[in-house]
Amino acid sequence: MAKILAVTIIVIAIGSAIPIIRHTWDPPADISTHGGMIDEQMSETMAEAGISFLASQILLALFIWKFSSGRPGDKIKTFPGGAKAMVWAAFLLVGTEVLALGVFGVKAWATVYLTPPSANAVPVQVQAGQFAFYFRYPGPDGTFGPLHPDLISEANENFFGLDTTHDADSKDDIVTAEMAIPVNKEIHLLMHAKDVGHSFYVPALRVQQDFVPGLDLSLHFTATQIGKYEIVCTQLCGLGHYNMKAYLEVMSQDDFDNWLKKEAALQ
Amino acid sequence: MATTVHDPPKIEERRDQLPVISDSGNGGRGTLVPASGNFRAVKDYAPPPSSTGIWVVLASITMSFAAFTSALIVRQGSSLDWRHLSLPRILYFNTLLLLASSFTLEVGRRQVGGYMSGRKVGMAHPARWLYITLFLGLLFVAGQYIAWQQLRAEGLFLATNPSSSFFYLLTAIHALHVLGGLGGLTRVVHKFNRSTLRKSTLDATSHYWHFMDALWVYLMFLLWFKL
Amino acid sequence: MHDMSAHAAEHHAPTSFISKHVFSLDHKVIGKQYYGLALVAVLIGMVLSWLMRIHLAWTNYPIPGLHLLSANGAPGNVMTPEYYLQLMTMHATIMVFFVLTTAPFAAFGNYFLPIQVGAEDMPFPHFNMMSFWVTFSGFLVLMSSFFVSDGPTLGGWTQYAPLSAIGPASGPGQGTGVVLWAISIGLFCVGQLLGSLNFITTTLDMRTKGMSMWRLPLSAWAWFITSVMGLTAFAVLMPATILLILDHVAGTSFFVPSGLVLNDQLQPHSGGSTLLWQHLFWFFGHPEVYIAIVPGMGIVSHVLITNMRRPMLSHRVLVYAMGSLAVLSYMVYGHHMFVSGMNPVSSLAFSFPTLIITIPSTIVVLIWMGSIYGSKLRINTASLFALGFVSMFISGGVSGFFLAQPSIDIMLHATYFVVGHFHLVMAVAAIFGIFAGTYFWFPKMFGRMMDETLGKIHFWLSFVGAYCIFMPFHYLGIAGNVRRYQAFVDDYLQPLIPLHRFITIAALLTGLAQLIFLYNLFHSRFWGKPATDNPWEGTSLEWSTPTTPPPHNNFGDKLPEVFHDPYQYSVEGATRDYVMQTSPEKVDPAHDEA
Repeated sequence: MAKILAVTIIVIAIGSAIPIIRHTWDPPADISTHGGMIDEQMSETMAEAGISFLASQILLALFIWKFSSGRPGDKIKTFPGGAKAMVWAAFLLVGTEVLALGVFGVKAWATVYLTPPSANAVPVQVQAGQFAFYFRYPGPDGTFGPLHPDLISEANENFFGLDTTHDADSKDDIVTAEMAIPVNKEIHLLMHAKDVGHSFYVPALRVQQDFVPGLDLSLHFTATQIGKYEIVCTQLCGLGHYNMKAYLEVMSQDDFDNWLKKEAALQ
Repeated sequence: MATTVHDPPKIEERRDQLPVISDSGNGGRGTLVPASGNFRAVKDYAPPPSSTGIWVVLASITMSFAAFTSALIVRQGSSLDWRHLSLPRILYFNTLLLLASSFTLEVGRRQVGGYMSGRKVGMAHPARWLYITLFLGLLFVAGQYIAWQQLRAEGLFLATNPSSSFFYLLTAIHALHVLGGLGGLTRVVHKFNRSTLRKSTLDATSHYWHFMDALWVYLMFLLWFKL
Repeated sequence: MHDMSAHAAEHHAPTSFISKHVFSLDHKVIGKQYYGLALVAVLIGMVLSWLMRIHLAWTNYPIPGLHLLSANGAPGNVMTPEYYLQLMTMHATIMVFFVLTTAPFAAFGNYFLPIQVGAEDMPFPHFNMMSFWVTFSGFLVLMSSFFVSDGPTLGGWTQYAPLSAIGPASGPGQGTGVVLWAISIGLFCVGQLLGSLNFITTTLDMRTKGMSMWRLPLSAWAWFITSVMGLTAFAVLMPATILLILDHVAGTSFFVPSGLVLNDQLQPHSGGSTLLWQHLFWFFGHPEVYIAIVPGMGIVSHVLITNMRRPMLSHRVLVYAMGSLAVLSYMVYGHHMFVSGMNPVSSLAFSFPTLIITIPSTIVVLIWMGSIYGSKLRINTASLFALGFVSMFISGGVSGFFLAQPSIDIMLHATYFVVGHFHLVMAVAAIFGIFAGTYFWFPKMFGRMMDETLGKIHFWLSFVGAYCIFMPFHYLGIAGNVRRYQAFVDDYLQPLIPLHRFITIAALLTGLAQLIFLYNLFHSRFWGKPATDNPWEGTSLEWSTPTTPPPHNNFGDKLPEVFHDPYQYSVEGATRDYVMQTSPEKVDPAHDEA
């Protein structure tokens, strides 16, 4: 039975690796400027993890195969190097992997999170609430009007709680249910939570960030390919969590300008 | 207060004393035997479990109050709605009560310990100072209750303001633990009166009480600084 | 020898049914009670997972009989979205707390730690009894949330604020359900703290003559290390649940900021910090998962050694490695919060210890593997599950390596990759540890052997089945499949539904296989082949009890005396291929690690 176990382990290990090697289920193609670093990090980790996984499962299987037929009189053999070798191996193998990936990963992370958006990034605000995303563009005056939570009303479609009567900046704000952005231009995404925790995830764009009620956060990114993508919520927010999504359309600059004009007319 | 003289407890109490080095056993429960032979790396003495146990208990209480402290610090920094709270004056008096009770407990502990080990014979009321400690402890809890009443009179309730929330929360949880300590002290007195008290029980309960005292002093500083 | 007479008066065996089987002070009975609780909990948790998986694979199909469980939750037998989340929350809470923290630690630990150190019982039997009944009442409180009008809470076992703290406005089950959850967990914390008290004092103060710390078996070390973790972790969770309950019922605002609008109503709270809950919860939550796995490591090491007929390459290195896992586990908790909105520099700070914690885990696995090398491995159900644990722990550990890096976590956070990772290490590896312990120690606990044929069938179906269920979760995660969805309606998720159906079928079949274990357990309890005192030819103290099951005070008239470290197997020149700890037979000091 030991030999069957050994074979099973090897079959399972190799079987598990096959879909990875064949890229059967991959993330959607990267459409961002920073995603390349993330994808590279992922490939490197996959290679190292994959090798460690396969090597250890196969070794485990081999040892089970080879050392399960001992009889009471047989002598025990000690692995060459003993425990010391194992400790060294762990420190060296894992230590170097850790350093390599950890240090390299800092750069990928910093590009997304520790750099400020550029001065001419296009500002868009997204508000997450049970169970929809709404977006706001600042309009020609370039500023967002203040938010008044007490004025929020789904019935009146005042999703953000804007007071267009008294706040001058709010008058030209454009509120939409879909997000459109121009291609190849940096976007500065301001994130606001209306009620509970939510999250903003666009796999193709290689961005994911939680909304924190009470804390206004922001992200910046640049999309490099025109197309229609899905923004999904990844932070459990209630019964409609599975259905909470919006479309992100990446358009040419002209198309985007036209779209914005059309939306402004609908306000 | 007991007026009859009790014989010092015999077997139980002796078990709790440090055995002679040549004894090889692990204290607390009856495994005291003379050593024979050479046992490498075997301890000759192990403390009675309640001595270790009380530190375990105090460690977990410390962690809980550390969690509350960090919650307070984060909450204070997270928003502008924090309003300064003046500590009711009676709290200072209560602090003195608790400090005094630690003092009386120490006196009581030494007296009872001495009586039990036979060093101080003919003592009329060995547990008197323990009763005083109990009384002071009860006064402390009553004083805390008065402090809450005073705050309520000012219109400060649990949910009024984050500072009042933390005030009630921290003082209430501390008071609950103090009540537990009072229960422990009561048990000690009860056991003493029936001559079944072990020294380790007395010591462990005392450690707990002193810790409640120290914890209160820490909370006073925290409340005073932060609130 | 040891004079037990003065002591016997304190510890005489109970006589009435209630004092023997219900309110028992005997650590062995308490251990069995915990095991029974975990068994009931795992069956409920498993059925909940079946309901979840069926719903995910065939979302709008009626599940026969479901409306009997909840008329509100499943009108016409079709599960509503909220009911899915409620079942999911209960599944996770039950499994993490009442199975994975209970069985490997409270059940086996209570039963075997005192015996393995050579004690009659734990030093505080009343607290021990209380710890079980408090835990049990926590379980009842949790179960009661199924029967309140709104149902159980739907906020996940992580109960993130403000969803958990605002109240009924945030969704079904978020009123009473949350309060019941929080009370249940609070009670669980108390039970665990009382348990930790006993475990620590037992290990430090109750060791018998000759039993130094280094002569303790690895299972005892694992329980000891776990109880120290439990002491600090549960002591932080309890305050968190208290704050949550206050936000819920007393109108405080620890976790709820101002300006929140639900159903067009401005919420009355103000100023709280939602991230505060996450920090408090995960400070507990990460050590908690090590609390779930370290006892399994100890049990598996112990089972493997007995079946390999040789000690591990280094006893001390394993102890140090388990200890470092425990210490490091407190420094890594922020890896659950990389994209939570906390300071991104903190994310980097947390990622380094998370990567470093791979080192002791790797050491443990390499030592296991290196010890199998050159051994005389015996194959029986217990050793099969122990070996299965090693394979599963490698798989689960490797996937953790991805999640430790914040930049990769951008893609994998809150996807099925995470769900696959923690199910492999917890739902499979830790459960395999429980199975290994069960098959190994059942003879000692009940005086009968479990059926080996049924055991092996159980192993094969579980091992292959578990991989079929949880390996694909990783593929789903890489493709971006978000977790905690009751249905997959997004465009990019449609191609993944067939894989979900495969997983569901695997889950149902693997679940059915567990019934074999259940049958084996109960049948062997009453009609299994009678066991000898030492059926596995083990060396540690549990195999030297005078009767099987052990008598009330474990060792009869006299406590044992210990002469060697716990794993004297295949010793050259010894009379047999093992030397028991209680045997005065001289052993070459070079072989004796203690």
